[in-house]
Amino acid sequence: MTKVLTSRFHLNGRACDIDVYLQTGGYQALPKALKEFTPDQVIEEVKKSALRGRGGAGFPTGMKWSFVPKESKRPKYVVCNADESEPGTGKDRDLMRYDPHQMIEGMIIAAYALGARDNYIYIRGEYWYIKEILEKAVAQAYERGYLGKNILGSGFDCNLYVHPGAGAYICGEETALLESLEGKRGHPRLKPPFPAVVGLYGGPTVVNNVETLAVVPWVILNGGDWYRQLGTEKSGGTKLFTVSGHVNRPGNYEVPMGYPLMSLINNECGGIAGGKKMKACIPGGSSVPILTAEECEKITMDYESVAAAGSMLGSGGVIVMDETTDIFETTRNVTHFYKHESCGWCTPCREGTRWLYKVFERMHRYEGRPGDVELLYDLADKILGKSFCALGDAAAMPVQSAIKKFREDFERRIKLNVVQIQKAAD
Amino acid sequence: MFSEANEKKLDEIITHYPVKRSAVLPALYIAQEEHGHVTDDDVRYIANRLDMRVNEVEEVVTFYTMYSRKPVGKYKLQVCRTLSCWLQGAEQIAEQIEHKIGCGVGETSKDGKFTLMEVECLGYCDLAPCLQVNFDYHEKVTPESVDKLIDGLKTK
Repeated sequence: MTKVLTSRFHLNGRACDIDVYLQTGGYQALPKALKEFTPDQVIEEVKKSALRGRGGAGFPTGMKWSFVPKESKRPKYVVCNADESEPGTGKDRDLMRYDPHQMIEGMIIAAYALGARDNYIYIRGEYWYIKEILEKAVAQAYERGYLGKNILGSGFDCNLYVHPGAGAYICGEETALLESLEGKRGHPRLKPPFPAVVGLYGGPTVVNNVETLAVVPWVILNGGDWYRQLGTEKSGGTKLFTVSGHVNRPGNYEVPMGYPLMSLINNECGGIAGGKKMKACIPGGSSVPILTAEECEKITMDYESVAAAGSMLGSGGVIVMDETTDIFETTRNVTHFYKHESCGWCTPCREGTRWLYKVFERMHRYEGRPGDVELLYDLADKILGKSFCALGDAAAMPVQSAIKKFREDFERRIKLNVVQIQKAAD
Repeated sequence: MFSEANEKKLDEIITHYPVKRSAVLPALYIAQEEHGHVTDDDVRYIANRLDMRVNEVEEVVTFYTMYSRKPVGKYKLQVCRTLSCWLQGAEQIAEQIEHKIGCGVGETSKDGKFTLMEVECLGYCDLAPCLQVNFDYHEKVTPESVDKLIDGLKTK
């Protein structure tokens, strides 16, 4: 299988050094883009590649870039979203700690395409050691003239700064990220206007995920068509998946878009641990609907196939659960996450996630009441589509899908309580 | 006031942005590094330094989970509690640490050395369960490895 983004992972971090990166084909795409491409041609090439945003939403990258107005009174910005915090996802971590220059090079090319001089990498605060790796790599790129004034004699100036977050999941939402970067609480902004028109400091801004930007040098070097044909027609290229949970070899794996989910689990990850059977799988980070083992048999890892099965490819965080797993408990766990991470800005999400967790807690203590399962479903329904940003949906979808598909795990909690009540009455 | 080196660092960080306020998160990390937590004086000082109001700094500090407004132990033991780590036994890791340092989640040990925290996803899902000690990651921890780790930190 063609390894694109992970082609330097075997160097075990040595590619953090710019010389190793250069020796292995690095910083060839940037000079090519500057010499042979106009900014518009870069955008066209990215459109051709069928690259879609790797942070979770899967929005076509080239199209996102083309929304940025050519002329702007305010400065334009490219912001790299390195706030990776979707449960189940650790791919950007490896992309940055094993091959930081790849992403930096992609970012400089994006800045060239959009005409942005000052650009920021927003990295989650917990990844402090990776922040230091990035800062070192950025400094090296300045030293060698890939950043700074008049890059490689092209007349293009570009600066790159690394900015730490401080432990808020919501800052992965692009407008909350921009608020945070401006030194405020990470509350999402009303859209429209979209960041491409009014973003950071009011200027047109493109926010792209680490993996998305890491793809860009390859698209310039080998062409958009080359990249596209690695994957499927609508989901171009390869993708990194973080597989965690009950598999023999959890890890980050790069496979072509359209790769069967069960091949990923059985081949790359060596199957379910302990020779057990699979019960369920969350294919795209904790925010997406859960799938039964049966549903997993049919799907391939591309946006269309996972959507057809009623879930989403999301961030590519694949969480595998074996037959001994209680889906009530796993759903309670992720509900705690969303309750904790709700930013408090809008009522359906702030109050809804708390109410959800309250019901989960009493069912967990076997104090659930008849009708609680329906209550959970209904509460989730009151959040779904009614919150200010997608965090509310992310809290609601796992609950509803788990109840639909693994209802017995929820009902058991109520039944056991009813038994206790009867015993007490006798 | 921060140390001379940190003042210089902050001066440099401020140049990265068109508005000073953007440096508030980095400034709060500096405050925390110097004083163990963000003190009232830090909040006032940072507000003054970045042309912000005191309440604007305060609302930022209280929003982000990586800042403490109260004293914490020398080592913050942060156990990831989210799904992938939970599937690999994160609850037992937290229990083991409680037992080992003699205090519960959200508390600081009597000797002031350790604060135990349960945190949400640290991005180490494939290397679960994960424990973060201050800024250092420890992957695939077991009750035994955690025991050893804490013993080592006790003597430091």
